[in-house]
Amino acid sequence: MSYLIGENMTGGYGGADILHSCTVAVEKGQIAVIVGPNGAGKSTAMKAVFGMLPIREGRVMLDGTEITGLSPQDRVRAGMGFVPQNNNVFVTMTVQENLEMGAYIRDDDFSETMDQVFELFPVLKEKRRQAAGELSGGQRQQVAVGRALMTRPKVLMLDEPTAGVSPIVMDELFDRILEVAATGIAILMVEQNARQALNIADKGYVLVQGRNRFTDTGANLLANPEVRASFLGG
Amino acid sequence: MTDFLNAIVLFANFVFLPGVAYGAQLALGALGVTLVFGILRFANFAHGDLMAFGTMITILVTWWLQSMGIGFGPLPTALLALPIGILGAIALSLGTDRMIFRFYRVKRSATIVIVMASVGVMFIYNGIVRMIIGPNDQRFADGERFLITVREFRDLTGLDEGLAVRLPVVITVVVAAIVVTALFLFLQRSRTGKAMRAYSDNEDLALLSGINPDRVVAVTWIIAASLATIAGVLYGLDKSFRPFVYFQLLLPIFAAAIVGGIGQPIGAVAGGFIVAFSEVMLTYAYRRFFEYFGFEPDGLMQLLSTEYKFAISFVILVLVLLIRPTGIFKGRVL
Repeated sequence: MSYLIGENMTGGYGGADILHSCTVAVEKGQIAVIVGPNGAGKSTAMKAVFGMLPIREGRVMLDGTEITGLSPQDRVRAGMGFVPQNNNVFVTMTVQENLEMGAYIRDDDFSETMDQVFELFPVLKEKRRQAAGELSGGQRQQVAVGRALMTRPKVLMLDEPTAGVSPIVMDELFDRILEVAATGIAILMVEQNARQALNIADKGYVLVQGRNRFTDTGANLLANPEVRASFLGG
Repeated sequence: MTDFLNAIVLFANFVFLPGVAYGAQLALGALGVTLVFGILRFANFAHGDLMAFGTMITILVTWWLQSMGIGFGPLPTALLALPIGILGAIALSLGTDRMIFRFYRVKRSATIVIVMASVGVMFIYNGIVRMIIGPNDQRFADGERFLITVREFRDLTGLDEGLAVRLPVVITVVVAAIVVTALFLFLQRSRTGKAMRAYSDNEDLALLSGINPDRVVAVTWIIAASLATIAGVLYGLDKSFRPFVYFQLLLPIFAAAIVGGIGQPIGAVAGGFIVAFSEVMLTYAYRRFFEYFGFEPDGLMQLLSTEYKFAISFVILVLVLLIRPTGIFKGRVL
């Protein structure tokens, strides 16, 4: 049994189902990537795992406990961190305040965690007093990831962390994500840049129309001629 | 030189001091409107009448204190009664939110629906106030009237013009400065204040961060009701209390909040003074002022008659919405 697993998830936003018996899972310290064409239900699968979309069938398990009925807020308390694709920072607040808000549910002293985040993203320490809205796209994503890390989650879910950033920044972000995974956190992310993402992925899920099309290790998926031809542009 | 000083004193007495006091009162009112807009995301039309309600409670308690022979020395007794007025306004706001606004919030109604609901709330508050204290003018200021009277000033300086420093004006400025400073420190430094700003900035992310929306909303009403009552009592001490006037204050208060940038507390303060000084300066008759500079104007040298002061707020409102809808400090667009 995987550390975090969304099993046979079926559901949608009322009306027709978007997910059809879709399964995604990730182990501690590993990176699982969900890829697929536009409209494949990648983000929807993430939302279902995080409880932002009710599922009709299937279940979500975290560390052997069923959490299908929990609200997103309760999942944060249970040890899950989520970085939405858009509007994922408080633009009018400083970098430091963003991180403080990330730690809002913690009653203990979180300065150590903040130091760890600053260690991981040194640029944030430099700009700690600057409003997050004034930062570049890549730096904003770092704030967003840092905010989610402030609760010391056991699982970090990233919805297209590299959307709209330059290739150089993307590589840097992926490096940071690898570092986060190395601390023992399970990372589940959705990516448009499928090739680069699968490169760092322990596990890859190719979704098509809300269904699991291919599931394998990142390396195997990259080597699979069918996956290459259909989803990675040859 | 004496003429020049006389002109300055005249200006200070009839334009500057009244403008500062009125500006501070509007700023406190606009802060409440802007906070409610930032957190609850609707323009609260009931704010003027909330001011009237809180002030009414304060006046009733003031009268009771006066009848008991309790005073506050040279300061107005109303300042002693103010905390009870604030509590009354808070209770009314939280009750209203519970019974009316929460219903629309949970349903995630369109903003315009909630705004219209607040118009209904406005009429109800209006009715309650008129039923309890009546529609007439009430004066409740006691204690010293002046810090410096015109005569004292003249004797002191030997100028023809006198500068009267009225105690309510001084109280308004001092209280407003304390309240605004406290509010800004609260919003910038405290955990709850930061949570409020986070909620105002990005509601979804605030929920993801575990911020309790019910608590944020309750704190917002508590602050808005306190500010409304303080603004209303200060206005009443400075001028007088009449429910209809408080209802009319809604226009300059909204103009102030929007000029500054709605949702931005600093903008509400700036906007309050901009609107107040626009009103006072455009409706003041400058005839005597110019006479000190050797002119002999035929008319009163008054740009607008005082009856038109509401038109000024209205024009400011329209101009800002046309030219810079986000206001000076880049607030939200209505």
